[in-house]
Amino acid sequence: MIRLEKRPQPSKAWTVATPILAVILTMLFGGIMFGLIGTSPFEAIRTIFWDPLFHPQFAAFSRPQLLVKAGPLILIAIGLSIGFRAGIWNIGAEGQYIMGAICGAAAGLALYPMESVLILPLMIVAGALGGWGWAMIPALLKVRFGTNEILVSLMLVYVAENLLASVSSGLLRNPEGMGFPGSRNLSQWSSSQNLELIPGTGMHLGVLTAFIAVILAYVLLTRHIQGYNIRLTGEAARAAKFAGVSPARTILFCLGLAGALAGMAGLFEVTGPAGQVSIDFGSGYGFTAIIVAFLGRLHPVGILLAGLLMALTYIGGELAQLMLGVPGASIQLFQGMLLFFLLGVDVLTNYRVRIGKGELA
Amino acid sequence: MDLSNINPILLVASIMISATPILLAAIGEMVVEKSGVLNLGVEGMMITGAVIGFIVAINTGAPLLGFAMAALAGALLSLAFGVLTQVFLSNQVATGLGLTLLGLGLSSLLGKPYEGMKAETLPKLDIPLLGDLPVVGRMLFSHDIMVYLSLCIVVAVWAFLKYTRAGLILRAVGESHDSAHALGYKVIRVRLLAIMFGGACAGLGGAYLSLVRVPQWTEGMTAGAGWIALAIVVFASWRAGRVLIGAYLFGGISVLQLNLQAAGLTWGVQYLSMSPYLITILVLVFISSNRSRSSHDAPANLGQTFHATR
Repeated sequence: MIRLEKRPQPSKAWTVATPILAVILTMLFGGIMFGLIGTSPFEAIRTIFWDPLFHPQFAAFSRPQLLVKAGPLILIAIGLSIGFRAGIWNIGAEGQYIMGAICGAAAGLALYPMESVLILPLMIVAGALGGWGWAMIPALLKVRFGTNEILVSLMLVYVAENLLASVSSGLLRNPEGMGFPGSRNLSQWSSSQNLELIPGTGMHLGVLTAFIAVILAYVLLTRHIQGYNIRLTGEAARAAKFAGVSPARTILFCLGLAGALAGMAGLFEVTGPAGQVSIDFGSGYGFTAIIVAFLGRLHPVGILLAGLLMALTYIGGELAQLMLGVPGASIQLFQGMLLFFLLGVDVLTNYRVRIGKGELA
Repeated sequence: MDLSNINPILLVASIMISATPILLAAIGEMVVEKSGVLNLGVEGMMITGAVIGFIVAINTGAPLLGFAMAALAGALLSLAFGVLTQVFLSNQVATGLGLTLLGLGLSSLLGKPYEGMKAETLPKLDIPLLGDLPVVGRMLFSHDIMVYLSLCIVVAVWAFLKYTRAGLILRAVGESHDSAHALGYKVIRVRLLAIMFGGACAGLGGAYLSLVRVPQWTEGMTAGAGWIALAIVVFASWRAGRVLIGAYLFGGISVLQLNLQAAGLTWGVQYLSMSPYLITILVLVFISSNRSRSSHDAPANLGQTFHATR
């Protein structure tokens, strides 16, 4: 008989090994899936994981994309992971990301066509505030009324998507756009453009911010009392309360931080890679970041690596779409599988598997 | 805007149609939560049911078979969630989210070749006598079989939880899994069965969207219906009768919103489209502001992992 025995402490070795095991399992089952839809599994896996970085022809184009895609994922996932650590489930990052882009772009466009070096910083602040404000809705409702933050933050994603559709064909529409929906192109206006800091690498301000966020989150969680309080709240909510940690302040801090980071990610995206506020701006980064946060074990360094890996599946997926005619949705399924396998093998971190008859207690 | 275009008889009839998917998903999820499990994957199971039901209905020409297969697909997908959370003891919130992401990916992969096609929809039942009644007949007694099946499921769930021994065991497992375990009940087995029932119901609800309500397959067509179903369970404070009321209220809001759009309301279509979500939030606030009551109603072990040490 197979029994599970709870470990007194989560296993350090398995904490590192389980994400790798999950990736291997996903490749295995993903390969089977690709086989079923009529693509050679080996070719598909190679196209997704190897070609974006090392293909002689495409790598030059797709390598910089790695950082472009990883930047927002890491930035959002860092914010989410801090909330998840405290048991606060903000799953509406997609909405906060959209609102950050809308608010930041609106702040910038209000000053168009002024030229100033201060405009981009102003937009970043407005973007962060937009995301923060959007996240404050579930936070304040939870603190004041005990409303479930999972449902409220998710409902607000749909509200934000409708707002996005509304402003991109209304308030923020490009007056010179001949009636087409979509704002002015922010990446072509020198005051607002978020250019690559080092040409040819994909490294723009948002990616830099994501890296800084990784470092600050690490310091917060391991060296700062607020980080300790967050971890304590997640591990033992009652103990945290007795120790004087205010649950309300933790909720406001975690949701606010996640919202601000997601809002900034949205702003960097709208001023850089996306270029304009348009109906299809929401790209699902806010949801994929949830996978990134878990795949990275809610640890800043882990999230950095997980974000890069997830970005690789995005680019590899596009490449596979182009080269092998694999449907784009299969990548989404691939990412979903990864999260599922990770959660499944996670049992090894917290429990010991005992085979054989256990002694009767 | 011309409100006189809105026909009250058709309005009530279409409320019943639009409420049925969320009613099915919500009643299933209520049983799951009564057993102490929080499955946030309703959206994923619904959309998988929607795509499977649609594919089967197109390929066989039998919409009822589509519904059956959708229920099966929902149950199978929820079984994956059940095995992960009950056997591998994973976190229920995270696994439920994973299920939703997985379902969204799976459905858009499977449904790609079927976009824009039209499946055969369910025939309207001709109920003798009742269906011929002047106003009420068209309002209430001229729907397809799934509308009545969903109402039957609600009554059956209510009776099951209230009057049967098995229902009592299910509630005991949700209130205190340790006590139930000590009494010799198979906590994990009960929960797995409840999870599969919830999955089957969500699958049916999804298939109703793609086969009757819309009726077409488009990517991401559930558009949050599964999450609204979750909110309805909270709104209903885990009671079958109130799930019915909640689902019909939300059905009413979304129909009214669509009717206003169709009646030629020119400003802010997007603001109308967001109203169901905003109203869901308002209702959640209203329900949870009465904090002493709402925390009392939730199953005591909702969302907690069960691990038998002895």
